[in-house]
Formats: sequence, structure tokens, C-alpha cells
Amino acid sequence: MHVPDGFLDAPTSLATGVTAAGAVALSLRGARRELSASPVTGATAGAAGPGAERTAPLAGLAAAFIFAVQMLNFPVAAGTSGHLLGGALAAILVGPFTGVLCVSVVLLLQAIMFADGGLTALGTNITCMAVVTVVVAHLVFRTLLRVLPAGRSTVTASAFVAALVSVPASALFFTLLYAVGGTTDVPIGRVAAAMGGVHVLIGIGEGVITALTVGAVVAVRPDLVHGARGLARPLKLKVNGELVDAPARQAAPAAAPRSSRAVWLTGLAASLVLAGFVSFYASASPDGLEKVAADHGIDKAAEEHAVADGPLADYGVGGVDDERLSAGLAGVIGVGVTAAVGTGVLLVVRRRGTTARSAADGAAVREAAAGRPEA
Amino acid sequence: MGSGHVHRLHLPGHSPVHRLPAHTKLVAVLAFVLVVVSTPREAVWAYPGYALLLAGVARTARVPAGFALRRMAVEVPFVAFALLLPFVAQGARTEVLGVQLSVSGLWGAWNILAKGTLGVGASVLLAATTELRDLLLGLQRLRMPPLLVQIASFMLRYGDVIADELARMRIARESRGFRARGPRAWAVLARTAGALFIRTYERGERVHLAMVSRGYTGTMPVTAGSSATRAQWSAALALPAAALAVCLPAWTL
Amino acid sequence: MDPVTTDPVTTNPVPYSLEVSGLAFAYPDGHQALFGVDFALERGERVALLGPNGAGKTTLVLHLNGILTAGTGSVRVAGLPVDRAHMAEVRQRVGIVFQDPDDQLFMPTVREDVAFGPANAGLRGAELDARVTRALERVGMAGHADRPPHHLSFGQRRRVAVATVLAMEPEILVLDEPSSNLDPASRRELAEILTSLDVTVLMVTHDLPYALELCPRSLILSGGTVVADGPTPELLADGTLLRAHRLELPFGFSPRRAGPPAL
Repeated sequence: MHVPDGFLDAPTSLATGVTAAGAVALSLRGARRELSASPVTGATAGAAGPGAERTAPLAGLAAAFIFAVQMLNFPVAAGTSGHLLGGALAAILVGPFTGVLCVSVVLLLQAIMFADGGLTALGTNITCMAVVTVVVAHLVFRTLLRVLPAGRSTVTASAFVAALVSVPASALFFTLLYAVGGTTDVPIGRVAAAMGGVHVLIGIGEGVITALTVGAVVAVRPDLVHGARGLARPLKLKVNGELVDAPARQAAPAAAPRSSRAVWLTGLAASLVLAGFVSFYASASPDGLEKVAADHGIDKAAEEHAVADGPLADYGVGGVDDERLSAGLAGVIGVGVTAAVGTGVLLVVRRRGTTARSAADGAAVREAAAGRPEA
Repeated sequence: MGSGHVHRLHLPGHSPVHRLPAHTKLVAVLAFVLVVVSTPREAVWAYPGYALLLAGVARTARVPAGFALRRMAVEVPFVAFALLLPFVAQGARTEVLGVQLSVSGLWGAWNILAKGTLGVGASVLLAATTELRDLLLGLQRLRMPPLLVQIASFMLRYGDVIADELARMRIARESRGFRARGPRAWAVLARTAGALFIRTYERGERVHLAMVSRGYTGTMPVTAGSSATRAQWSAALALPAAALAVCLPAWTL
Repeated sequence: MDPVTTDPVTTNPVPYSLEVSGLAFAYPDGHQALFGVDFALERGERVALLGPNGAGKTTLVLHLNGILTAGTGSVRVAGLPVDRAHMAEVRQRVGIVFQDPDDQLFMPTVREDVAFGPANAGLRGAELDARVTRALERVGMAGHADRPPHHLSFGQRRRVAVATVLAMEPEILVLDEPSSNLDPASRRELAEILTSLDVTVLMVTHDLPYALELCPRSLILSGGTVVADGPTPELLADGTLLRAHRLELPFGFSPRRAGPPAL
């Protein structure tokens, strides 16, 4: 479902436009790195600047794949059917940067080819459906891969969770945008609960299909799944009957040191406890206390991940004021997503720090990862 | 069989609108939609004015009304959403035909319907009068990164090829008695998607090999794009200018 | 005569168009495709590389212009080693026509596609146009320059694919399964085009009559090594050799009756 013109007010559309442009610009650079490590021709990629010449054909074909796979109908029941949104699938198969590019290009062409999604809403559509979906799916996927034992079933299970979370995350982000720049005064808490609920259902379908698809690819060509490149085996060459070691073809993806797993586990557990605590407390208290608790809890989470500001708090309060259930649901998803985004940002920033990139980049990553409009 | 799908919106022709350079039309449509979006919704009379402007463009471009209206069906999901708003929105209520409706919800529904429809109408006219490839080159002229244009071009070039592959796989499935009924079929369909990804990615690698074999290093050879004359710019920008003329009184009144 | 003659001469005053020695390669998934390949092509020769499916033919082709780099062994083109330092030069000299023309024709029109290679080599303006026109004329497709490639027939697309490579004026033309999916008329037209060219040709195929028609000399690649190298009519007359490497002549086809290939 693509947002048309006039759905959000002009400042919000402009802000999401700037965010989308920044995220796409960043992805153009990141995609080169992702696509330079070719499983087959990696050895020659350096001939003309790593990845530069692989980006266009591979990202273009991947975009065509996402476009085609959206036409594949999955029957649900009684003649109805759904289709894949593809953001999580793109993130897992080709990597987050290329994934953002692919989905963005699909959205761009849908806007100018089919008038599907307004031109002024293109930024909103890219931010919600390309950036938030892909980034959330990627972070959830990578986190689970680090935490769980390595193996094919982990890849499939992580793909399921990543796709499942990415859909309501995108819907809730859109609700958030609507709370900020919507053109009609609707009860945001109720909308968030409804959007969240419906999209959790959609997300389950998305998760199952994504996991099955990723599983099908991993079974045949694990080297093609960006998120599972670590599963490749070392090479031996046989020349005229003798075994020879093959020359190193590509640098293995930087593996996380074993000790960091504990940090990740602790972080994840803390996030879950926080999410559970906040939503429980918020929904269990029938009086005014809940407002304070939610304010406090959500603010704390926001502070932790350096994305503290008004709209999130407002949205939390709105949800709490209206219905306990909505608060619980929104709280769990919201805090979970925030935690995932936050830890991911930390990771990106840390990696950036070691490669001595500029601080501006880090800020841009943070903006893109948090998926929120630039002030 | 996928080919009809990519070119569905384009209506070949030689009208003055067709002949305008793509980037001027892109700027014109974007400016027009921006003006529409920033018009206050209380200025109800301004919207028929915008619609008349679009109708004038459609007439100049010789785009039949039926064609344009059929192509505007993409906004149907949002019409449904807009129709819900009067029932769920908060604030003062009013009674219409015995049903309690929210005043702000009614305004919201009107706002989305009017602006969304005008936006879709403008986009449909743009797509109907401009070749896709020209649109992409136009975007490149408007400083969209060349790499993004390349990616979009590849998607266009191979979209049909891949859609055809998907169609052949469907025929192959059904020829062997497979019918997609309910979620139990998902595993089979997902394997199709997985196989399609592998084929697509491998094709991407082959295309890349064919490109580097001919000396590609990351930048496309420059293709001469047409630049726009002052007259063409003024012709294209007449639309948003007229819209602005309608809009200004709406703001001041 | 013994058909198994793998004995490339290593010293020659005129450099070979193509010289492959001791080439071995495995894919990252562990599948090894080449197990030490040796052969050499004289300038102006037309040679067929025969082999069953999965013999490593396409893998070998990808080594000829450095898309894959050897696990061990070496490839030299006109005396130049295929390595990173000579990559641009090598890719200009080795023109590869891939099996699926859809992979090769990625630009919006035929003209732009044929211009792609020479433009990457720095050609511009009238010189570029002349080069494109000449290449398209050589394959008889000059009248289709402004059409999108996906609107052409398969045979026409294959000919345009040949033109895209000819436009780079290569020293050696490598064709991967050039006759696959062609109807008999397109097949004959392509054969006429190939015999009219004065470049070294390496034709990778399992279409034995086509090899006999076009190439005086053949190599048989099987199990990742060259198992035979000799005049095409002799190799094709050796039934035991063909059977041992899963090569078959069409029913009723006799290499003797077909006569020697046109030179």
C-alpha cells in the first residue's frame, strides 16, 4: 500500500524526502562494498575499484527480482491472496545497503510508471517501506545470527523473525509520521494498535514466506545469501592429481569476536525485560500512574539510544490513554524496535570509528537507521 | 507476456506535451503537486480549478478521459481509507443522514481524496506522455545520481525477462498438476521465489561479466540527452504557475 | 594417428593469439571445474572447443579475458599475460560472445549496446559511429540500430551480440555455444558471418556438425582437461573417443561424407 499525495502535510513530506535522499545516497556508497565481495569473481573485483562496476547490474537485477516477486501471489484462504513486500528478503539476500537501493528503485518506478504512490510522498514511501523495513530486518537478522548458534536453521529462523518484525515496524513508523504530520485528527493510540495488530498478522505471512525463500536459496547457493556468507567452506584445488591450496579469494566477512556474544545477549535480554516491564506496568495500572511510567520507560529507552524527542513520547502517551492493550502491544514492539535500532547504530558507529570515517557519516547513519526525519 | 505490463501507462503520441523534454515535465508535475498539497483544504473551490487545469493538459496531450480515469484506479485502497476517517476521527460530531460523523474526519477524507486524486491524475498524465527511458534520463538531468539511474535502467531492461521466467515457472508448476490453494502451497511458491532469486542473481553476474568483458569500469558512456529551451521550460511550467495563481487567493482568503 | 596430442610449443617468434598452460580452477562452493588445461592457438586459426555439458567449457572461457583468474597456471593473449596489469588491454583483444544474448545486450537500443565497448575504450563522436555502423554491417543488422534488443528475434539478438564484440576489433573472438537455440536459417547466417571474419576464432560448442563446418581444428575438453587436439574431421571420425567423452554426432551424420571444412 503506497502513500498518495496529500496524506501527510508538507513539512513532514519534505523531512521524509530529505531522509530518504540521505539514506539512498548512503546506500549507494555502501552497496559498492557489499557487492564487491563476489563469491566467484571476487579476485578480479579490485581491477577497477572495488565493487563500483558490479553495483549497477547486480542491484538492478535484484530490484527486478523484488519487483517480480511482488507479483507472486500467495493464497491465504477462500480466494484471497497476498504477496511479499520484499524489504526483509532484500536485506537478507543482498545486504542492507543494496536492499534499500532495490526497494527504493522499485518504489520510484512504481511512482513514475503506475502513478502508484504520490510523487511528493515518494520520500515517505521510501523511508517507510525501503529504509525502515530493510534496516529493521537487517538489524534483527544480524543480531539473531550473532546470538544463536551458527547453522542453516538459524539463518532460516532469523529470517522469519526479521521479516515478521520489519512489517509492523514499518507500519508503526508510518503511524508515527501520521501522528506528526497527519492531516486528520484521529486517535493515534487506537490507530497504532490497529495498524500494529493488522501488520503483525501480515508480518507472520511475510516472515514465513521470507524464511522459506531464504531457506531455499541457502540450501542451494549459501554463498549468494549475503547474511549467510560465513557458511562457505575453504577451497582445495586438484591439479593433475595433486591437491593444492587455493589462493585466498575474498576476505571473509569480519567475524564478531566470540566475547562480544555475551554483550549482545545481555543487550537483547535487557531490551526484552525493559519492553516487558514497561508494557506490563503500563497496561496493569488503571490510573494516571501509567502515563508517568510509560513516559519514564520510553524516555529512558530513547535516551539510551540517543533518539530522545517528543513524538515518540506523545505517541506512547496517546496509546496508553486510549487502551491498555494498545499500550502493551505498542510498547513491546516500539521498545523492541528501538532497542534493535539502537544497538545496530552503536555497532555501525563503532565500525565507522575504526575505519576513521567522518562524524557526519555517523550522524547520517543514525538518521537513516533510526529512520526519522531530520530536524 | 510481461511486456504489456511495463509500458502499460505510456500512450505514444506527438502532441506538444509529448514533445516537451522529460525533465521539464518532471519539474512541472512535482511543482504542481506541491502547490496542490499545500493548498488549505477549506478552500474547496480551488480544487475544481486544479482539476480543470489537468483536464486542459490532458486535452492538449490528446489523452482520452477514459484512459486517464482507468489508470487512476491505483488510488482505490486509499479511497477506502479516506471513507473510514469520518467514522474514526475525534472531535466535534455532525449528523449526516442520521449517522454521527466527525467533522474533522470529513475534512480529512475530503483532503485526502482531493489531493490524492489530483496527484495521481498529474502522475498519470506524466507517465502517459513520456517514455520511461526519457523519464529516467530526465531524472538524471535533474541530478539524480547516475548510479541510481543505471540501476533503474537495468531493472527496466530485465524486469520483463524475469517476469517471463516467473511465468514459465508457474506454467511448469501447473503443468505438473500443482494448484496453489491455501498456505500449504507456500513452501512450493517460496522455492519458486528462491529459484528465481538464484537465476536472477546469476544473470546479474553474467550481465556484469559481459559488461566488464567490454571494458566497463563503473560508469556508462555518456549518452547525449536533449536540453530544454526557454520556450519549453515556460510551456512546461505554465501548469504549476496557473496552479499557483489559483492557490494564492486560497491562502489569502 | 593418436588423437591425444597435448603438446603446446612454448617458444615461438610470432606470439600465439592465445596460450593456456596448466590452468586449474575451483569455484568457491568447492566444485572444481578445471584440472590443468594446456593448449595454444595460432593467429588466424578457427578452432572448436568441444566437450559435454559440465566439462568446464564456460569456466575456461571466463579465464580467457581475466573474469576468472587462475587458481594455478596461466593464460596469455597475444603474448600478454592475463593479469591485473594488462586487464584493459586483454579485454579489448579478447571478444567473448556469451551464450544468452539477453545477458550481453543490456542497453536500451542496439546502437548504444554496440557502442558500449568502444566508448569504454575512449572512442567518441564520428569515429564511434563509424565503428558501430561497420560492426553492424558485418553481421547484417545495420537496419536495426535504433531498435530495443528485446524486440529482436533470437537469431538477430545473437548476431547483434557478435557485433557488440566485433566493434571492439578484437584479436580473438570467443563464442560460447554460438549455435544454441538458433533455427537452421539463423544458424547458416551466423556461419556465413563467422567464416567471413579474419580474426582468430575459438568456438565453444557441443554442436559437432557446426564445428566441422567452421573449424579445421578441434580440442576436446572433458573432466576439466584437454583430452584431444587435432583436425576436426579426424576427431569426429573417432567413434571411441567421442563416446568416451559423451559427444555424439546427429543421427545419420557422417563426418567423411560432409567433407573437409571450408577454409
